[in-house]
Amino acid sequence: MSDSEEDHASGDRLGTPTAVTLRASQADDPHMRDAARYPRRVELIVALFFIAGIAGVCAFGAAYVENAGTQVYGATLFIGLFCLGFGLTAWGKYLMPQGPFVEERHSLASGEQAREALAAALVERTGIVVKRRKVLGGLLVTGMGIFGIVAAFPLIRSLGPRPRSSLFVTNWKKGSLLVSQTGRPVHRTDMQVGGILTVFPKGKQSTPTAQAVDQTVLIRVQSTELVTMKGRGDWAPDGYVAYSKVCTHLGCPVGLYEQEFELLVCPCHQSMFNVRDGAFPVFGPAPRPLPQLPIYFDSTGFLRARAPYNQPVGPGFWERTTEGNGKASAT
Amino acid sequence: MSERMVETDGKPRTRRDARRALGPYGRVQRAVNELDERIGIAKGGRTFLDKIFPDHWSFMLGEVALYSFVVLLATGVFLTLYYVPSSTTVVYHGAYRPLDGMRMSEAYASTVNLSFAVRAGLLMRQMHHWAADVFVGSIVVHMARIFFTGAFRKPRELNWTIGITLLILAIFNGFIGYSLPDDLISGTGIRIAYSILLSIPFVGSYLAFFLFGGPYPGGIILERFYIIHVLILPLIIIGLIGAHLGLLVRQKHTQFPGRGRTEHNVVGSPMFPTFMAKTTGFMLMVTGVLGVLGGYAQINPIWQFGPYQPPKISYAVQPDWYMGWLDGALRIMPSWEFTAWGHTVPWEVFLPAVVFPGLVFNICLAWPMIERRFTKDFELHNLLDRPRDRPKRTAAGAAMIALLFTVFGASSTDVLANYFHLSLNQVLWFFRIAVILVPIITGLVTWKICVEMQGTPGAVKRKRAMVVSRTASGEYVAVPAEERPGDEHHELEPEPVPVRIDLEPQPVGVAVATAPTAEPGVRRVRR
Repeated sequence: MSDSEEDHASGDRLGTPTAVTLRASQADDPHMRDAARYPRRVELIVALFFIAGIAGVCAFGAAYVENAGTQVYGATLFIGLFCLGFGLTAWGKYLMPQGPFVEERHSLASGEQAREALAAALVERTGIVVKRRKVLGGLLVTGMGIFGIVAAFPLIRSLGPRPRSSLFVTNWKKGSLLVSQTGRPVHRTDMQVGGILTVFPKGKQSTPTAQAVDQTVLIRVQSTELVTMKGRGDWAPDGYVAYSKVCTHLGCPVGLYEQEFELLVCPCHQSMFNVRDGAFPVFGPAPRPLPQLPIYFDSTGFLRARAPYNQPVGPGFWERTTEGNGKASAT
Repeated sequence: MSERMVETDGKPRTRRDARRALGPYGRVQRAVNELDERIGIAKGGRTFLDKIFPDHWSFMLGEVALYSFVVLLATGVFLTLYYVPSSTTVVYHGAYRPLDGMRMSEAYASTVNLSFAVRAGLLMRQMHHWAADVFVGSIVVHMARIFFTGAFRKPRELNWTIGITLLILAIFNGFIGYSLPDDLISGTGIRIAYSILLSIPFVGSYLAFFLFGGPYPGGIILERFYIIHVLILPLIIIGLIGAHLGLLVRQKHTQFPGRGRTEHNVVGSPMFPTFMAKTTGFMLMVTGVLGVLGGYAQINPIWQFGPYQPPKISYAVQPDWYMGWLDGALRIMPSWEFTAWGHTVPWEVFLPAVVFPGLVFNICLAWPMIERRFTKDFELHNLLDRPRDRPKRTAAGAAMIALLFTVFGASSTDVLANYFHLSLNQVLWFFRIAVILVPIITGLVTWKICVEMQGTPGAVKRKRAMVVSRTASGEYVAVPAEERPGDEHHELEPEPVPVRIDLEPQPVGVAVATAPTAEPGVRRVRR
């Protein structure tokens, strides 16, 4: 006991101990001893943590049986696993061989000769294929290459249809009745100045695809304050003005209406569109105004679309033309 | 083995005899023998148990990532048993009354259901979400440790590359995972992802259509996201984690310089039992902490957001933290859309959401090569650098972190403007300027600090002590104490420091039995 104490002292107490190679079963090696100065105390603490851990996992089981709720599950799971884990870590840190042990690091490289042999085998054996049987090799490569290309068709081409014109069109047609999400049409007396409503073409209001693309925001503003752009003279009767609700930045619904300044605000990246002035972006990253839907009152006083949108709605994409791109083309 | 069998001569009569016949290590010996005869495990197995792990705390960061991934797998399997990947519209009649009678996708309904009607379901869901956030976070911190200590240098460039790939996959899978519940916020996220795909020149619309199976919303994206999230990406991640750890074992750990530690050894504690005990305990602790987070810290309460409907949106739409930097970049980007010759390039989306992350990740992937270009250092390195000893690398890393933190901050412009009663315009311009200035200033300051710290190795050096004594006549005299090592330099005088910390073991009376000596003449690397 006494000399082992000394070993301990010389190994662990004074300065940094010297690293040794880990040897097979040397129980008397000071490096294999506990790192703790008072192992009994550490044992006690570890035992206490283990007991707390056992209590915790038992409580977790009991909590489950009692259907005690998420918070109780979380607390008991934490007490159980954390205490078991803490005890085990402390056991490892203080009551297991700490060394420091040293492991030699051997070069992973195989040496000049082996490398050359590998390179030689690669080059020379490939030569058997490429140089001596050129035609065979060529045929094989051609076959595999063609397969690589044609395999991409079922693997990738089948995933979805080609875009064609689908990004350019919506379900809005000439004469489409404007209806709310519940299918109710909008009469000229329905909205006050400052009112706002999301509308869809009648018949499409409950399909997700149409909702995503056709969503249009209908706002009533003071007709005298509306800046009418060239060619849009009859697009906003009685101050009723309709814009696509799909943000031209990233396609979020432009869902916030700042009534005081008559701005439509996109909550995603804070693009702001001036409702009175052709929904031009006045702030934020949106590059283009929201497309405007030309509308009119039919003979019974309900709002209908005069024509479809004259440009693709939503964010930009490669095939999009410059048509409808802001003031330059509008004036 | 056969020898011992011959000695007993025939069948053992009693159990004790049988045990004795197995030798001192009993049944374990027999199992080892059986296995070794067939697949040869003895030599490699012993080496594996003896594998040395350095005892530095910073080596634990990767373990956090590994164990949160284990929690992700366990809780994730539980969730798959209840989640229904379907965009089909259903009318909800379940345990959560406020949503009763609402139309929603089956995916959303099943997520609400597993949160409220499945016992411990909410715990599992929240643990899964927390584990994902911790997973990505610990990968990032682990990566910072590797970067700042130079652990990515030869021969570990490949493992660095695998690590970055894991980070990218983790971010992707995190995004796809939180999109699955189809709530109002994540649905908006999917819409944004579609628009980002759309912004890619030439092929954008095709990519978007192929992923979504048609124009947005396509109707099949949840089903596709589901299989990507639970099978395809996890398989790749598991494979890469295997490769990551396999390379780690093959190349052995790096270590900080210190007494007895050289380029040609590893000093620390052995795999079994010490490291096993510590790391298993640590795994339990990580799981416990994720458990208490899942139990108490509410995360992603989708029943409050409501089901996704394309025309609906809520205020303060923010993604999970690891997507925040992209959201911030999108917010501060000016609206530069480019249109010409009948085509449109939405730079205001393509640049911040595709080019910017592409650049960041490619710089990370290529960093070992970039650095080697400047240092001309083609040596193998197993000893780690102190960050201060590599001022330029440390400055570059700090600048990158500063850049990412700034754009991350920019993802809450609206919330900051509201909270501090500022105009959105002021906050926006603050971030537009900060995103350029903050990284530059951080880089320069870091570089300066590193150089200064290098200049004064014992940063706080002792002053010469004064010994005050009283003479017999009652007079006090102050005499400078005897000179001690280190006193010859004034504390403010910089002293040149070697590139590496002194590796020569100091003989302090400890018997140097098998201690390996330092490598003579460690090559000095040009900085």
